[in-house]
Amino acid sequence: MNRLSWFNTVSLTLGFAFLYIPMVILIIFSFNESKLVTVWAGFSTKWYGELMQNQAFLDAAWVTVRVAVFSSTLATILGTMAAYVMVRGGRFFGRTLFSGMIYAPLVMPEVITGLSLLLLFIGIGLDRGILTIVLAHTTFSMCYVSVVVSSRLVTFDQSLEEAALDLGCSPAQAFRLVTLPIIAPAVISGWLLAFTLSLDDLVIASFTSGPSATTLPIKIFSAVRLGVSPEINALSTIMIAVVTVGVITASLVSKRAMVRQRQEEQAAARTE
Amino acid sequence: MNSTVFAPWEDPQAKPLIQFKNVTKRFGDFTAIDNLSLDIFEREFFALLGPSGCGKTTMMRMLAGFEKPTEGHIMLSGQDIDPVPPNKRAVNMMFQSYALFPHLNVWDNIAFGLRRDNMPKHDLEDRVEEMLRLTRLEKFARRKPHQISGGQRQRVALARSLAKAPKLLLLDEPLGALDKKLRQDTQFELMDIQEKTGTTFVIVTHDQEEAMTVASRVAVMDQGKLMQVATPDRIYENPNSVYVADFIGDVNIIEGRATAAVEGTYSIEWAEGQPPLTATSAASFGNGQACHLAIRPEKVTISAERPADAVNAVQGKVHDIAYLGNLSTYHVELPNGTIIKAQTANTRRISRRSFTWEDPVWLSWTATAAVLLAD
Repeated sequence: MNRLSWFNTVSLTLGFAFLYIPMVILIIFSFNESKLVTVWAGFSTKWYGELMQNQAFLDAAWVTVRVAVFSSTLATILGTMAAYVMVRGGRFFGRTLFSGMIYAPLVMPEVITGLSLLLLFIGIGLDRGILTIVLAHTTFSMCYVSVVVSSRLVTFDQSLEEAALDLGCSPAQAFRLVTLPIIAPAVISGWLLAFTLSLDDLVIASFTSGPSATTLPIKIFSAVRLGVSPEINALSTIMIAVVTVGVITASLVSKRAMVRQRQEEQAAARTE
Repeated sequence: MNSTVFAPWEDPQAKPLIQFKNVTKRFGDFTAIDNLSLDIFEREFFALLGPSGCGKTTMMRMLAGFEKPTEGHIMLSGQDIDPVPPNKRAVNMMFQSYALFPHLNVWDNIAFGLRRDNMPKHDLEDRVEEMLRLTRLEKFARRKPHQISGGQRQRVALARSLAKAPKLLLLDEPLGALDKKLRQDTQFELMDIQEKTGTTFVIVTHDQEEAMTVASRVAVMDQGKLMQVATPDRIYENPNSVYVADFIGDVNIIEGRATAAVEGTYSIEWAEGQPPLTATSAASFGNGQACHLAIRPEKVTISAERPADAVNAVQGKVHDIAYLGNLSTYHVELPNGTIIKAQTANTRRISRRSFTWEDPVWLSWTATAAVLLAD
């Protein structure tokens, strides 16, 4: 291991302090005995217990999870299809325009996306609720999925699909049996990305949600306007924990797969 | 000895397995295949040979069904296969990159095509085991493609494409990724497997040695046209054009003007102050017609004195020597600046070599050694 120079040590400390001190403070105060957020009165887990009693938060959490699962699944299907056509469709008319347009929602201000969706839902007379949030989240997260999946498809050896056709697959079978299993890691990470985007979206959800369905970020935001409570800290800590565990697991799995593949390739090269 | 030589292309009664009928293929403005007609017969090992961009890969992709002819038709066993999609053709292909499915092991890669035909489980297992035996891969059946070596991957690709017992197997530069030694071994293995299975093979290659080694017939292609289609020995000994003579192996080309001498023999004026050369030719040339004389270096004899009975003999001095171990190629410069290559087998040790740089030497060859070509 190399020792870091004093300059690098300072940069590292400053950078990580900047990133993580707010979250660390939030986690610490979620275990605070006192009802006052800014005064430390000893360690306690009672706010986690109270959170479990709060039906409004539990309902919002359940809505959020359902919205995230449905919208990310839908976005993954649509985004993968779009990516496939963009990369594999050859030079059809308007392809450059379409592939440019697919990236547009990435840079579109969320307020505008939310507002235009609201107008659409009112225009077609769709009652706002879980369905409208799912549709809205699918709309803005599918372009992220298609970016992730198309970057994988670009490096995908097309002769693999031709080989599948050659061996008797219909184009649909070739996609299901060969292409999909090979690009699966990209599709899964696209799904995870869409899931987290949906999980923490506040702006678009607040435009498209109705009285019957409120997501967790909206609930937290409106609760905080009445004053920060230790319950909110506890809830946020749980969300941080869930996301951290997910990210670490995903990176460990992909790193182990990579290391194993490299070892096997070296072993194969030795036997040559 | 088996007296019946395999040569269905000389039998007018033989029905070709594949027929290209005036096939043209254009990509935009670019003509990849130009009004090409060709017959390939059952059990043939047919090689498409040419430089990159000559259209050989396009021909193969049209046979596999990945490209459709712009004009003309391709027939397989007398049936027009243009409207048949690749997954419905009794044709399988071995890809240049092998295109092994990385998520499946060797066994499942080979079984992939059979599963698409809903073959009964027992028959399928037997067939896969048979293919593993044929390609000597029994020990690697459970390995993934990235866990085996390049040569083994090549054999998996071959086994997978042969598993469905296709009428026709296409091989796209199958040995390009292997090193020279392994490539030579694999060439003989391919021929062996082709004979055992009796499948018609069409191989695409840019390596003329490979084409000559494995093929029963070779088609030399250039710019979307067939330059010559013949057996390897005819392609080498009787090229029909300067292009083919030059593309296959090493050759000396001498330009000159032909004059008819005795029956089937021509004398060629080729340089001021030099005696005319003599060559036999089946093709006829008009008096004074421009011609090219193609002579293989190994058919040129190099000697210190003028051989007494030589029909063609020219004097020059050794300009360069390429020592290849088993052979040496002498580059001999004639008085008018022409370089003629002569090849001899190194039957003696190098220290006893008869000629060295700047030595005056005589080059000679017989009247039948050279091929007289019009263009």
